[in-house]
Amino acid sequence: MSGHSTYEPKTGIERWLDARLPIVRLGYDSFVDYPTPRNLNYWWTFGGILSLCLASQLITGIILVMHYTPSADHAFASVEHIMRDVNYGWLIRYMHANGASMFFIAVYIHMFRGLYYGSYKAPREVLWILGCVIYLLMMATAFMGYVLPWGQMSFHGAVVITNLFGALPLVGPAITTWLWGGFAVDNATLNRFFSLHYLLPFMIAGVVILHIWALHVVGQNNPTGVDPKSKADTLPFTPYATVKDGFAMSVFLILFAIFVFYLPNALGHSDNYIPANPLVTPSHIVPEWYFLPFYAILRAVPDKLMGVLAMFGAIACLFALPWLDTSKVRSMRYRPTAKVYFGFFVVACIILGFCGAKLPSDPVIPHLTTFTLIDSDLNSFVWLSRVAALFYFAFFLVILPILGLKETPLPVPDSIASPALAHPAAAPAEKG
Amino acid sequence: MTWVADTAVGATTEPEHGADPSRRDFIYIATIAAAAGAGASLVWPFVDQMNPSADTLALASIEFDLTKVVEGQQVTLKWRGKPLFVRNRTKAEIASAVKDDGASMKDPQKDADRVKPGKANWLVLIGSCTHLGCVPTFGGGDYGGWFCPCHGSVYDTSGRIRKGPAPLNLAVPEYAFLTDTKVKIG
Amino acid sequence: MLRKLSIIAAVVGLMTAGLAAPAFASGHKEEPPKINWSFNGPFGKFDQAQLQRGYKVYREVCSACHSMSLVSFRNLGDKGGPFYNEKYKNSNDNPWVKAIAKDYEVADIDSETGDAIKRPATSADRFPSPFPNEPAARASNGGALPPDMSLLAKAREGGPDYIHAIVTGYKDAPKGLKVGAGQHYNPYMAGDLASAWSGNHEHVPPGGFIAMAPPLKDGLVSFDDGTKSTLDQQARDVSAFLMWAAEPKLEERKKMGFAVILYLLMFSGLLYASYRKVWKNESH
Repeated sequence: MSGHSTYEPKTGIERWLDARLPIVRLGYDSFVDYPTPRNLNYWWTFGGILSLCLASQLITGIILVMHYTPSADHAFASVEHIMRDVNYGWLIRYMHANGASMFFIAVYIHMFRGLYYGSYKAPREVLWILGCVIYLLMMATAFMGYVLPWGQMSFHGAVVITNLFGALPLVGPAITTWLWGGFAVDNATLNRFFSLHYLLPFMIAGVVILHIWALHVVGQNNPTGVDPKSKADTLPFTPYATVKDGFAMSVFLILFAIFVFYLPNALGHSDNYIPANPLVTPSHIVPEWYFLPFYAILRAVPDKLMGVLAMFGAIACLFALPWLDTSKVRSMRYRPTAKVYFGFFVVACIILGFCGAKLPSDPVIPHLTTFTLIDSDLNSFVWLSRVAALFYFAFFLVILPILGLKETPLPVPDSIASPALAHPAAAPAEKG
Repeated sequence: MTWVADTAVGATTEPEHGADPSRRDFIYIATIAAAAGAGASLVWPFVDQMNPSADTLALASIEFDLTKVVEGQQVTLKWRGKPLFVRNRTKAEIASAVKDDGASMKDPQKDADRVKPGKANWLVLIGSCTHLGCVPTFGGGDYGGWFCPCHGSVYDTSGRIRKGPAPLNLAVPEYAFLTDTKVKIG
Repeated sequence: MLRKLSIIAAVVGLMTAGLAAPAFASGHKEEPPKINWSFNGPFGKFDQAQLQRGYKVYREVCSACHSMSLVSFRNLGDKGGPFYNEKYKNSNDNPWVKAIAKDYEVADIDSETGDAIKRPATSADRFPSPFPNEPAARASNGGALPPDMSLLAKAREGGPDYIHAIVTGYKDAPKGLKVGAGQHYNPYMAGDLASAWSGNHEHVPPGGFIAMAPPLKDGLVSFDDGTKSTLDQQARDVSAFLMWAAEPKLEERKKMGFAVILYLLMFSGLLYASYRKVWKNESH
């Protein structure tokens, strides 16, 4: 909530700077004295965790660029040079590669949190949309970054995704050639992906600043979905939220460290340790795990163009969400029916992710053949993807719009601090 | 329905009486110290990665076969990205260098200190003028040593600066004789 | 709350499991038996004696066809490597490394005439390739390209287990399987044998065809430390060596991981204590 500033410059230097560029005041108002709802749970720590991930990726990325050669002839060998010869190069490379996965783990949790607690609802529509923009930029950045080592998966993944644009009518092939800078994915493509991969994270940082600004204008949501009514409902950001965010970041770093030091290649694909060969296609082209749900949606639709539209449509649903959900109640804590459908939605996303890694025609239940429906046996991953994708779209386009009008929500508490109808796990003291 | 304040979980209204403030803050101090320690140990790999990598260091030393250098001649090698002079001095050149050991010069040094004992004919120098880094030409200048065409520095047959703007003698790198005919430089 | 937590916590596990599970191509292959490597686990280390034996197998058998062009001779003397010696912290000075390097010849230019020459390698050089280029490699191997071994252990699912399985797993082709010229049946090799199988199509044999003939056999490489040179032993040793070649920093990585995670656990504890302290008088 943007109230008036409580910052009091103490020293002469502080007053001098405050009169010319009130940046300390801005920092103080945003991150020290900022009134934060007192009932935020650990799902709210992922914003801070995401900032940590962004900083980590930026720093490790800039260091990697000091040693990487963005040319089709030398890229693969330069990455191995980093792994073998550069001091601590292996550490920085593994931090960057696994950091991308950690970034997406955190962003998915952050998004599911927003979905569950209604953080996208008025007045936070712009906040949510900025978040969707950040998510899109992250996906573009990650896709281009994965191409840079110029392994088999880098190359053929780039081929598959850039070929998707060829599905667009009339302009498709021209766009694809324009993206490639040639007749196929080659050195020109690699160089421009390198340039854009360096650029986009700074754009992400800019949109993150807008995202935090938009957040501070309307204030944080909280697990009850009820706006803070008085000072009793909030606490200053520092030290209360700072120390909690710090603890959550530290635990997150443990997970990060487990991947970097003990499972550095678990989330990747072994084929990417083979230098790119345009003449040999890997038996099974798979994107990185964070793209798998969208890959499943893409392959679920038999038509190439419709598949592309479905894949982008799945992301478009996120942008439209604030206007699709008709519920007057924000937090699904008080929407028992919506809660159930949300649970199914999470499961559908996980199933889509699982399907994205499989061959579409492979059986879900091994050795069981049923009957062929349209183009594939019913017991196949493509049909499972179709069911899950259908639920994904239905959740946004059918369930949420209808539920808000039809369901009977639980009684919502009067305020964050009011104990009567608050969440049983919290038993706040009544002040005064 | 309202709750009574003093039965609420986890809430107290006053700090403990008589609690030692420094003990209260110990946790915070320990945490901040741990954070500083983590930060410092995190910074080191990020700084060290800019130091020369293992493959650059592998080329930090070279071995050179001296039979290639005829008496009175010099061979120029590339070492660590810079020119390296390996000069096989004649008896006359050694003598004139030793004769000037006591002469007044900007950077006084005895000739014997610039060569290995028993191998006075072998002079190994970094071929970079100590003024602004140009490569001096072999045999030029009044002393028969080297002459730098950029600004006129003159070096004698021991590589010592005798005339001109250069402040120091031509540098002698770390080197060692592996055999009578092979040196390892660096 | 807990349900949501467990659902979302399952995501990573499921994803990893889902990816780790083999996506059956229309063919399938046998799973390589899991070997208890000395470098497995959070405290794994390379067995230097095994790495030395493995290097010998590479040198005497594999290097005839397989390059290892991202590995330098000096890496053999690095910490964790087969010829590391505490006395020679700088691996470029390691006498075993220099001796090994000298036995190889690398291409170079004569600095005086500019002619292309071959000179003995130094510790700074990389392992030279047995063939000057890809077409030459294919021509010498019936059209197949022997893959470079620098990263082989990371470039195959199953890593060293897979390499060991392939090299020891050659079997006579079952009756009904048509084996092409220059091909060999291996149940651990990826491929689809349905088109070459004339038997019952419900029971297509697992595996595929590999162009490499069985490279190892009992007693082929004699081990200087007296270890019995069986096929299995040679396979284990060369697989371990190739794992080192692919991931020379493995030991350093795991050691650092232990220190980092220990520190983070302690740090998390301190932060949690601070958190409880800060929030002591406040309701949540």
